[in-house]
Amino acid sequence: MLIETKGLTKRFGGLVAVNDVEIGIEKGKITAIIGPNGAGKSTLFNLISGYHPSSEGSITFKGEDITKKRSFNIAKLGIARTFQTTNLFETATVMDNVIVGHRLRTKSNVFDAVFRTPRLRREEQASRAKAAEVLEFVGLEHEAHRLVQDISQEAKKRVAFALALATDPEIVFLDEPAAGINPDETENLAALIRKMIDRGLTVCLIEHKMQMIMGLADHIVVLNYGKKIAEGTPEEIQTNEEVIEAYLGGGDKHAEAE
Amino acid sequence: MQGLKKMRMPLIFLLVALLFPLFTDNQYYIYVVTLAFIYAIAVYGMNLVGGYTGQLSLAHAGFFAIGAYALGLLTVDANVPYWLAFVLALVITTVIGTLVGLIALRTKEHFFAIYTLCVGYIIYLIIYEWDALTGGVRGLIGIESPAAIGPITFDTGISNYYLILVFLVLTVIFMKFLTESIVGRTYVAIRNSEELAQTIGINTMKQKLISFVISTFLAGLAGALYASFVRFIGPDISYTMMTFDFLMYAIVGGFGTLFGPVVGTLLIVILTQSLQFMEDFRMIIFGPLLVLLVIFYPRGIVGGYQMWKMKRAYKKKQRSVDQGSTYEGGD
Repeated sequence: MLIETKGLTKRFGGLVAVNDVEIGIEKGKITAIIGPNGAGKSTLFNLISGYHPSSEGSITFKGEDITKKRSFNIAKLGIARTFQTTNLFETATVMDNVIVGHRLRTKSNVFDAVFRTPRLRREEQASRAKAAEVLEFVGLEHEAHRLVQDISQEAKKRVAFALALATDPEIVFLDEPAAGINPDETENLAALIRKMIDRGLTVCLIEHKMQMIMGLADHIVVLNYGKKIAEGTPEEIQTNEEVIEAYLGGGDKHAEAE
Repeated sequence: MQGLKKMRMPLIFLLVALLFPLFTDNQYYIYVVTLAFIYAIAVYGMNLVGGYTGQLSLAHAGFFAIGAYALGLLTVDANVPYWLAFVLALVITTVIGTLVGLIALRTKEHFFAIYTLCVGYIIYLIIYEWDALTGGVRGLIGIESPAAIGPITFDTGISNYYLILVFLVLTVIFMKFLTESIVGRTYVAIRNSEELAQTIGINTMKQKLISFVISTFLAGLAGALYASFVRFIGPDISYTMMTFDFLMYAIVGGFGTLFGPVVGTLLIVILTQSLQFMEDFRMIIFGPLLVLLVIFYPRGIVGGYQMWKMKRAYKKKQRSVDQGSTYEGGD
């Protein structure tokens, strides 16, 4: 397992957003996290990527405990993520947005910048080359010099992917990558995710588009009310009683039971 | 050569600035432009932390005043040699800047702006009330002009003009190298989204602090130059209005652009001076003008110009690509 969580819990005041969740993400596979709105999927991502401190439980990456690490240090270990909203710098070019993605692998400081030291030149070259490489990987090499505000929603998603890939990650967490794009584009994005796997990366994603998930994921984890209610292959999940209940209005019964 | 062509406008600008004193005998004009150069250096400070890193600091008049008072007190009261006092003034401002930054940067966005606004006001109050040290409302008089460097003396308006122009050019070059490097990209990434910056491995607190400290250094530099140029300082230079003047210069010129501070500061300072006869009524002109500018050119004059140029270059490129192919469809 590349990433494992044990007894992971997050409370916001009285609300338990993630409740005693235990998941394992296997190297080189696509793991999907699904569940109704408010199930705690994004919170789980935020916990693993160090954006929120967890209330209880542990997270390990390649056997190393990363529970208490801060997000920028987690990124340096090789864990990248994207957000539901792409958060890009709209009035800059695609290339300019992506170059900074390699910053965490560079060491230049203000003095290097002001005196244009060999280290800075070397690292700038490396960051630029990395950006060009990942833009080609996501199929945006021709859009590299366009402004982000002028490209399509799908292309923006690809830029966000490229930015995450520029950090040289081992695993990429994608938060609803296919939100707000049409079925054709969704298919293209799924192909890109497979391409990432072929290249030796590991992917974990949150997604609401079931058709995409069922065709794409190797392993699915289902969350509901912050708890893991099921996991397994797409076939197993599709026939799982509890999952069907959670999705088809079983929520009311759940509420009554509590 | 490519780089030289890109720098054409700034180089023409520099040439005009270099020749300007030769074309006018009016000491007052030179005085006003020199003052604008000094302010521009301080505005560069605000621009770095506010425009690039996205942390709007409203304490910069305070740091400007700290630089000015440090130089004034060291030369007048402590008789420290001028250039040593100058360096010490920068060190003092930077140290205070670091301490303020360490606390202030724990707050974000509006809270950071409000917090630094308060810090600026507290600096004003300290200068105003600490009569024994600062001379309170009477201010400091008789600050010496910059001491001679070898054979070059700075006792005339024109020599001061060139001295300050040198500092401004150094500031611009410093900002150019800094903001166009991956270090500068780091700051822009934080402005763009602190959340995203963290997930791509940027220690945002550290980077914000560094840019804040540099920005206070620049404000202090401007303050020290101001003190020895005007040779009289009072608590009003640390007043909140001063910060908002700086902010206005930055916004008009283009927040987060390399040449915005120079353009904005020169434009507004010269405009203010030429509308002097209207007294406070000139705000009736400035107010609406500023509102229009913010609506139509949110990135100021320089930002708007850059955007226009970028789009034009892209269209040109598209056209040449289209001509090369048999593609005849429209957009």
